[in-house]
Amino acid sequence: MDIDKARAGSRLGLSQALSLVENGLAFSTEEEGQVIGITGAPGVGKSCLVDQLAQAYARNGEKVAILAVDPSSPISGGALLGDRLRMESADLDDLVYMRSVATRGETGAVPSVVADMAAVLKECGWKRIIIETVGSGQAEFRIAAVADTIILVEAPGMGDAIQSEKAGIIELVDIIVVNKSDLEGADATAANIISALSAGSKDIPVMQVSSHTGDGVTYLVQAIDEVADSGTSRAQWRERLASQWMRRMSHHPNLDSILDELESSQINIGEAILLLEVEQ
Amino acid sequence: MATPLRIVIAKPGLDGHDRGAKVVARALRDAGHEVIYTGLRRTPEQIVRTVIDEDAQFLGLSSLSGAHAHLFPKICKLLQESDVGHVIVFGGGIIPTADKPALFEAGIKAIFGPGTSSTQINDFISTAAAKDDAGCGAESDWHWGD
Repeated sequence: MDIDKARAGSRLGLSQALSLVENGLAFSTEEEGQVIGITGAPGVGKSCLVDQLAQAYARNGEKVAILAVDPSSPISGGALLGDRLRMESADLDDLVYMRSVATRGETGAVPSVVADMAAVLKECGWKRIIIETVGSGQAEFRIAAVADTIILVEAPGMGDAIQSEKAGIIELVDIIVVNKSDLEGADATAANIISALSAGSKDIPVMQVSSHTGDGVTYLVQAIDEVADSGTSRAQWRERLASQWMRRMSHHPNLDSILDELESSQINIGEAILLLEVEQ
Repeated sequence: MATPLRIVIAKPGLDGHDRGAKVVARALRDAGHEVIYTGLRRTPEQIVRTVIDEDAQFLGLSSLSGAHAHLFPKICKLLQESDVGHVIVFGGGIIPTADKPALFEAGIKAIFGPGTSSTQINDFISTAAAKDDAGCGAESDWHWGD
């Protein structure tokens, strides 16, 4: 891959390199960088929060790249990528790079190519990388496969205290943000989460932020730097493995023909698995 | 699955009506493309930045405010100056027939007005994608329709 143009600082070169990787070319790098994952249910304000974070980093003179994931249609394969709508800072500031990513046939909240896309960004000098997952639920932790720091975004009015007691993504996150702190009920939501977390062993900061007014964003930026890097846990390794396993299927050259044969009952699932295991 | 085309749908200028842009975005999505929607009231510079960051092959511009004659050619010029003259640009909205020749001259390859079916737009996309001289910076005077 001709990445020299991108390394030299060309945005177009970077975009084209990212496309190659998104289309299946594997890429890794030794360059360091911080990958910040933003996850949470649809409508809690992830995109607006990402916009606020990007603006905060840019104000400090730091470059920041955003990979924002939205779902692809399981029927047509197309996608409506609407995260830019709420990220106007990305269109204005040279310190901000923003790229929309579709899940392209993968079921996780973060497609497997995103790790390699983050590697391209690191290689080209983007040391802060924010990944916004698709709106996701409690049992969706694929973000752990790629992010160094995971922020779970919650919002007032999304459910009662028992939601924070359930197992799932909440056990893997580094920071919990109660967004929309300008709305009524944010204090109660934060208190419920803090209460639920107090029974656990991990000390997870719970922060109130308003992406609408910008309140609390400065503290969040500080907290992101203060969260200790605990290394790669077994759960993260599991997600990385699952992500690469998924990639083998979704980028398999014969996937379409295997699906055709399944659809027309020429083969069964067991035979399809055997066909997928044939490396091309 | 074949690699989807990446298409930016943008609303340049002071125009608050995006029902049409959203319908087109949806039709392109349903045809299997990845559509990046910019949202309302973007400047030509913001739109060109979006096209570059997203590595889009197509740009669809929607305008119902009457500013198309100024904004569409400006965007085509900026695209060419930014080394992305390969991007195929089409427009839609309320565009008088008399304005079309100047827009085609500026590098817009199709103009879709009210009553256009999604099939027509998709036919244009697949035809233009197969050509190597349909970019807004190409010398060719090819364009879709009259």
